[in-house]
Amino acid sequence: MTDRIRLSRRSLLALTTAAATGAVLAGCGDEGGQSGSGKKIRWWHIANTDPMMSAWAQMARQFEASHPGVTFEITPLENEAFKTKLTTVVQAGDPPDIFHTWGGGVLAQQAEAGMVKDLTADVGAWRDTLIPTALDAYTVSGKVYGSAVDTGMVGFWYNKELFERAGVKAPPATWAEYLEAVRRLKAAQITPIALAGKEKWPGHYYWAYLAMRVAGLDALRQAGADKNFDAPDFVTAGAHLADLVALQPFQTGYLAAGYSTADGQAATMGNGKAAMELMGQWAPVVERDNSAGKKGLGDKLGFFAFPAVDGGKGKITDAFGGGGGFAVGKDAPPEAVEFLKFIAQPENARIEAKTAGVLPVVKAAGDAVTDPNLKLVGDTLSASTGFQLYLDQAYAPAVGQQVNDSVAELLAGKSSPQQVAQAITAAAKQG
Amino acid sequence: MLTDERRPAPAPPRPSVEAAPRRRRPWPTVIAFLSPALLLFVLLVLAPIVIAGYSSFFNWNGFGAPTAFVGLDNFRRLLVDEIFVGDLRRALLLVTLSLAIQLPFSLALAMLLNQPLRGRRAYRMLFFAPYVLSEVVTAVLFTMIFSPNQGLANHVTKLIGLGDLGATWLADPDTVMYSLFVVISWKFFGFHTILYLAGRQGIPRELHDAAAMDGAGPWQAFRHITLPLLGPTIRISVFLSILGTVQLFDMIWVLTGGGPIRSSETLAVTMFQEGFKRFHVGYASAISMMIFLISLTFGLLYQRFVLRRDLDGAITRIGDQR
Repeated sequence: MTDRIRLSRRSLLALTTAAATGAVLAGCGDEGGQSGSGKKIRWWHIANTDPMMSAWAQMARQFEASHPGVTFEITPLENEAFKTKLTTVVQAGDPPDIFHTWGGGVLAQQAEAGMVKDLTADVGAWRDTLIPTALDAYTVSGKVYGSAVDTGMVGFWYNKELFERAGVKAPPATWAEYLEAVRRLKAAQITPIALAGKEKWPGHYYWAYLAMRVAGLDALRQAGADKNFDAPDFVTAGAHLADLVALQPFQTGYLAAGYSTADGQAATMGNGKAAMELMGQWAPVVERDNSAGKKGLGDKLGFFAFPAVDGGKGKITDAFGGGGGFAVGKDAPPEAVEFLKFIAQPENARIEAKTAGVLPVVKAAGDAVTDPNLKLVGDTLSASTGFQLYLDQAYAPAVGQQVNDSVAELLAGKSSPQQVAQAITAAAKQG
Repeated sequence: MLTDERRPAPAPPRPSVEAAPRRRRPWPTVIAFLSPALLLFVLLVLAPIVIAGYSSFFNWNGFGAPTAFVGLDNFRRLLVDEIFVGDLRRALLLVTLSLAIQLPFSLALAMLLNQPLRGRRAYRMLFFAPYVLSEVVTAVLFTMIFSPNQGLANHVTKLIGLGDLGATWLADPDTVMYSLFVVISWKFFGFHTILYLAGRQGIPRELHDAAAMDGAGPWQAFRHITLPLLGPTIRISVFLSILGTVQLFDMIWVLTGGGPIRSSETLAVTMFQEGFKRFHVGYASAISMMIFLISLTFGLLYQRFVLRRDLDGAITRIGDQR
């Protein structure tokens, strides 16, 4: 008995040692073995729920079948977790071979550090099959560092029934009308706006749109380049937002509300507890998934563009938002780029548009959009006179975060419009 | 040499002569058994500390090697950073609340659970249960409980006729720290209770019997026997409580993310924000160095001045049988 135990202990030790050695060796192999015979493509995306998660996996399997030797290692991650995890591996100099990107300042920083591949020549091959502005967000000083997959814009999603009950006949077209609509909704005992104050990014949409409407797109771009947001127009934009906050339009406890949580912004909207939310093209899907009974608002849901501001330099047709795309890590095998081309084929783009309910950037796949609301977003987007990427993506991370933080303070009534402009400027100057 | 053999050996040298072969260190064995742990310690504990210390002197976004040396600039910025100073203030608030409310409550509960009580085991298990949950699970649980519109907390306050008293537990910058304290207490009071209970049961029964015979009331017995003899346990529990508060991260990250508007950020949350959201890795390293220095200084001073008596003879003088 003792002998057996001793023996097993020894063999256990031997096994452990062998396993450890093996793991270390395998680790070494991983570092340098990218160009080996079996090509592994590590793919990180943020479609971490079905049906899209399976659809991506399905496409990867198809690609594996037609490209012998290629195997995929897919890591679907939740949005926020993805950002954190990606930051860590990219800073460690080991980016995934294909990973989700929103383009803008974050991608620019990764490109400057040489962490992503220059895809200018490759993507050029299928560039003409995409809608004209599709690659703008992924282009850094003339070079393309990512391929777009879907696109979209932010606007007001509203509950037609609640608007009617409050006597708001038509969606407001100017900021003054908008404030009036909010007052009417309040008077009718309806919570006008659902907002996820905890997550900050939904709040920054308000300030960004107002800045676009008051100061104009060029001014925003220039401010980013000059690192100076301390201009009268941006303060005015903040003041308009302060006017809205003064009406107390948000749901109870909005400062701690999440976006897609049980009691968050999307759920409040989807359950008909608030009249509108300012959100991107994905809003109807998230509302549905977070509402009681997973039904959402259905036909009661409508969409209107962010109102114009009287005397402002921007137009009501200037759009704000963004889409998703994929970047390719510096050490990725050429097949990774091949795969991006593969998913940009019209039939695959159609699958994505249908499954995830997004607006495809592939022109030929436009017919896959059947949802009337999404169609409306698409039409508004194609009729747009200008486009601004999410500010927290367009600018360098530190500046984007400061925009989010400062606007959150403004929304909580703890900061003045002047202070917001100054804080963002300070962050931009510091870099 | 006959004379030598017959002479009674002087006491001290003799054991030392005999002990010498025993005491000789089997160095190969020591090295073989120590090196894996030592290697891991150097690799996973010392090296990161050194690297963090190094990168805290740079203005660095984390990509490539740090090049922009700024000396102590990051630390200078820290001292005037409202958020960082606020972190310290919030940590102090949590420590004060813990010491003033949570630990005394745990102590009282431990005394209660020490009484012959029906279902005592069940109570012990029940109170210890929250500690077994992970911090993230606790945080998710309380996100639901404190939910302003559907949460249990508001439902209960409404039921007992307090209306919307607590409608914005985590959503109000002025109340969020107190809400967090409630959650932290809920999570850790069971742990401290068990510590105290174990300490209490280590006190010999005779002492209390003797005190009772001498006519000491329950309060006097507690004040002059239980409390002094629980000293070592209480000092350790205070130590753990303070260190835990200084390093608090997971629970707050999930519950509030440091919000609303950064009013519940702790040192670790601020470090995460700077390092992973703003890519100010140099600055974040400086914060992590501050956390390290604060914990280290506190730990050393506490051991030197408060725990000294308790550790005396246990760690400071191994083998001393006095």
